[in-house]
Amino acid sequence: MAAQKQTVPQEETPAAAVELKNIDKRFGAVHANRAVSLAIPRGTIHGIVGENGAGKSTLMSILYGFYEADAGEIFVNGVKKSIRSSSDAIKAGIGMVHQHFMLVDTFSVVENVMLGAEEGALIRPSLAKARIELERLEREYALAVNPQALIGELPVGSQQRVEILKALYRKCDILILDEPTGVLTPQETDQLFRILAKLKERGVTIILITHKLREIMAITDNVTVMRQGEVVANRVTRETDSRELAELMVGRKLRIGVDKKPVQPGEALLRVDRLTYRDGQGVPRLSGVSFSVHAREIVGIAGVSGNGQSELLEVLAGIRPPSEGGFSVNRREVSAAHPIDPAEMRRLGLAHVPEDRHRLGLVTAFPAWESAILGYERRPEFSKYGLLDERHIKSHCARLMEEFDVRPRAVDLKSANFSGGNQQKLILAREISGRPDILLVGQPTRGVDIGAIEFIHQQLVAMRDAGCAVLLVSVELDEIMALADRILVMFQGRIVGEVEGARAEERQLGLMMTNAHAPENRQEPEHA
Amino acid sequence: MNPALPRWIDIGLIPLINVALAFLVSGLIVLAIGESPLDAVRLLVAGAFGDLNAWGYTLYFATNCVCTGLAVAVAFHCGLFNIGGEGQATMGGLGAGVVALAFDRYVPAPLLAPLVLIGCMALGALWALIPAYLQAYRGSHIVITTIMFNFIAASLMVYLMVNVFIQPGSQAPQSRNFTGGHLAYVHEMLGALGIAMPKTPLNATVFVAILACYLLWLFLWRTRWGYALRATGSSPAAAIYAGIDPKRMTLLAMAISGALAGIAGFNVVYGDQHRLFLDFVAGYGFTGIAVALMGRNHPVGIVLASLLFGALIQGGSDLSLEIPNINRDMVATIQGLVILFSGALAYLFRPYLERLFLRRRIFKTAEA
Amino acid sequence: MQDVLITLVSMLAAMMRVSTPLILCAMAGLYSERSGIIDIGLEGKMLVAAFAAACVAYVTNSPWLGLLAGIGISLLFSLLHGFACITHRGDQVVSGVALNIIASGLTAVLGNAWFSEGGQTPSIPEEARFLELHWPLAETIGALPVIGPLYTRVLSGQSLLTYAAFLCVPLTAWILYRTRFGLRLRAVGEKPQVVDTAGISVAFLRYRAVLIAGLLCGIAGAYLSISQGAAFGRDMSAGRGYIALAAMIFGKWKPWPSLWACLLFAALDAIAIRMQGLTIPGIGAVPVTLIQALPYILTVVLLAGFIGKAVAPKAIGIPYVKER
Repeated sequence: MAAQKQTVPQEETPAAAVELKNIDKRFGAVHANRAVSLAIPRGTIHGIVGENGAGKSTLMSILYGFYEADAGEIFVNGVKKSIRSSSDAIKAGIGMVHQHFMLVDTFSVVENVMLGAEEGALIRPSLAKARIELERLEREYALAVNPQALIGELPVGSQQRVEILKALYRKCDILILDEPTGVLTPQETDQLFRILAKLKERGVTIILITHKLREIMAITDNVTVMRQGEVVANRVTRETDSRELAELMVGRKLRIGVDKKPVQPGEALLRVDRLTYRDGQGVPRLSGVSFSVHAREIVGIAGVSGNGQSELLEVLAGIRPPSEGGFSVNRREVSAAHPIDPAEMRRLGLAHVPEDRHRLGLVTAFPAWESAILGYERRPEFSKYGLLDERHIKSHCARLMEEFDVRPRAVDLKSANFSGGNQQKLILAREISGRPDILLVGQPTRGVDIGAIEFIHQQLVAMRDAGCAVLLVSVELDEIMALADRILVMFQGRIVGEVEGARAEERQLGLMMTNAHAPENRQEPEHA
Repeated sequence: MNPALPRWIDIGLIPLINVALAFLVSGLIVLAIGESPLDAVRLLVAGAFGDLNAWGYTLYFATNCVCTGLAVAVAFHCGLFNIGGEGQATMGGLGAGVVALAFDRYVPAPLLAPLVLIGCMALGALWALIPAYLQAYRGSHIVITTIMFNFIAASLMVYLMVNVFIQPGSQAPQSRNFTGGHLAYVHEMLGALGIAMPKTPLNATVFVAILACYLLWLFLWRTRWGYALRATGSSPAAAIYAGIDPKRMTLLAMAISGALAGIAGFNVVYGDQHRLFLDFVAGYGFTGIAVALMGRNHPVGIVLASLLFGALIQGGSDLSLEIPNINRDMVATIQGLVILFSGALAYLFRPYLERLFLRRRIFKTAEA
Repeated sequence: MQDVLITLVSMLAAMMRVSTPLILCAMAGLYSERSGIIDIGLEGKMLVAAFAAACVAYVTNSPWLGLLAGIGISLLFSLLHGFACITHRGDQVVSGVALNIIASGLTAVLGNAWFSEGGQTPSIPEEARFLELHWPLAETIGALPVIGPLYTRVLSGQSLLTYAAFLCVPLTAWILYRTRFGLRLRAVGEKPQVVDTAGISVAFLRYRAVLIAGLLCGIAGAYLSISQGAAFGRDMSAGRGYIALAAMIFGKWKPWPSLWACLLFAALDAIAIRMQGLTIPGIGAVPVTLIQALPYILTVVLLAGFIGKAVAPKAIGIPYVKER
């Protein structure tokens, strides 16, 4: 279908494969895309970088017809297109590999590939054709997958190849990939990049959305930087470097660090000893993790997301029980045989600022004052004989809001109606006000505006100075480097390196995070 | 996500529009069968509130609605949809009957009543606890299980009435009458105070229901268990984070729910009929869903909605005497429509109101 | 020996009749639920269809017009369900419950108003009903031992709608597993966003599924009032919609296993009726009502994971909203 539409070649000035003009999109109060304009030459790999929430994914979802833009125009191969649904996008030759794969787990590879692009009302002829076509595509692009395999039984790397096959099967010549490497091992990433190079060779235009600069530098021809819904720069990749891109992304000089004086750590308040955690399917998410966090110390956990950091936090917080090994909180032992629930953890002096504040940190339907005691509702100061002391809780909440500058200062406002940064401040205030000895913090500044970031960082340092043991998990290396006294690097559920905070270098950490410094440690997860 | 509308629109105007719509459609149905909706309303109001007799019946029916309505609401607050009110009320009535039949010859009435109440609440709670346990620990869907339990309760009742409780030599599947005094009727209480009221089935259970409303409100919004229960309903993940066990909350919510539904059985069996018989719940379990949805799961709202449905049931049966074309089933139809418009189509008008309201606000800010 | 055979044959014949509405409704539920829309409203749709079919057949004296009317009103209820659940993303269980109650109330109100027989319709003459079809050579083959009675009394001599119900099962299996529509239907019930990003409308697909459910419930309703029965009676569906729902769950949302579940439940019913009043030495009277509750008990036991595991379509009950 798309092949016929390419027959409008203009010899002199080849039209861009994709051109976006003044794309604008709002979600309620959030202005996700502000008059975004962008041109992508045919047959190139074009990177779009930006922080979380910069509007990259929204922009591409508009191009793919998943959302409709409020304003703006889209040109594909020089022709103006009205893309109002994904089927319009597919007809225009656009394919997309989503961050969360759009695959039905209970279907086979071939069923997934042909879904929506069947030949007729019956499956059988479609199946036959799809199998032949898949074989051809596999040969041409070295995209090996067993067409009969069930998606649910394939490793993520293979699932992603099925997504690419799906797009190619629909004869796309423009392929969008949204954060494709987030879930991949380094080997799988390399393999993906080889596939992308091959696709480019065959004339496919590739748009790569990522927040990893290394990937941009490694594979793209051009790069667009987005920040807060706007395009802030376009560069030819050869003519720029990670440093410049990073500065463009955050819009300021990289933070050199928070004002932090060296202090002598005290005794170990949190000791983790050969901790192993297996999920519901029996897959190990943490394998023999050991470390300790001392009083007056911030220990940072660095790592590509999905390498066990989230599970580590949740096991330590008592949300998930350890499978083997254990840890001690303020000298109280926790193990598979003696798990402790989150309520008991709090009583032991452990507080937890969760990674996913919407799902875990607040009850979004509750007013702020009710969310302000979540997890602490049993404390005698808030409830006596089971009865909640509403007046006291409200004044407590008002005090937290004052101290942590939560806006608006409305104790009765629904938790959902605060902005991300203010929700985070409320959670942090709640957890800190419990005067914990140990503070677990996950992604403290994800989706938080810059002013609040500084404030949150200062609070974490203040906690450390006051004698608290802080464990910080973040995917933002800058944040870890700025705050942590010691940095542990996690890879595939293990701790693969430890660096002193003051001596850490981004490059070295990056290598550890992808385990590139220790090739003998590499594990092949693909045995399915 | 939702653009903020003022509270009075969200909890006042929208529910009102939805209920109005349900009644509008009901009016159209009355028109369609060739009767005058206005006449019907007039007769209905007179039948429900015309005199003390009517009031007695209305409040008696409303008592049942309050119990099953509260039952549905407390489950809703924990994120559970309890369709099993019918079965739980049946079992509650059975519990009341069993305790009364077992002890009425030995225990004096004033002592017996609390015993019977405990029996009925316990059996109602048990009937809700099994589906709750299966949902929490075995992963079966509570909606399906509670539906199944309605039928199982009905079958069990038939079996017990026909095989166990039936009086020797009788054909009617009902137990002997309870002896040794009965729960005080309201007309008896008023009579003792010197106020004359005709004999109606309204009995002391109405005070139990009002007390239940207050206690449930206190529990949900003023105790930490209620806090935990609502947290579980709104966000199970956040509840776990806070150290609340959602499984135990499921059990707690359903136990309370079943016990409350059971009181409806108490009202009919022990409060008025003084015997066990078949089908005494007569759809109140489902009425409870309409009541809870219309009352926005709040005890005050539930009392108001129950008054409305009590009036519909009482006025409706009066009405059918005057206009034979409109029978009691009209009330069921209205119930269904209320559930449809207040429940499934609750947000039908929200987008329009949003646009209307936001436009006005933008207009205002533009002026300023 | 002969007695046993006669009993068996008459029980099989009864099973065919009892299972007809169950099978139709179970298949209806299957379409809806495989697309991700919970259908508690099978009962209600069947009931309104039974009412409409009886009214129209009575007035026009045509079973076909009656059937059409039944299907029509059932489709209307399906559309309402779709409007609430698909278009307005309302709660699917609440919507289903509402439709059931409306159906129960409305049929009784209208029946009472139109015919003044307490919610009954007048009885419908034979020419306005779907009667038993007798197969050729019934007499000749009927003389054969064993096969004979089976042919004449079980296979032959059923209503057209019964045959339709039994045909509906292989047809459903074929549609579900062999056609494009079936592939997409299964996909939308598992993960609607996949279907959406493949350029297919989630809403349209689900509306079609819900409408097919309406069609089948319509036939089931017509069977009750103008084929098996000869009039509409108050609440005549008597929980069959829920039993069908249970059978479909028991059949793990798959056509053939759902059929076996329907037949099992129908057999339980046939056995229970036959055992009415019998006593088993040592045990006493057969608890017929308890046998009749077995379908519900079995479904609960199955759902609790004590016999195998019933896995529902993954996206069932969740309104489709494009996530941000």
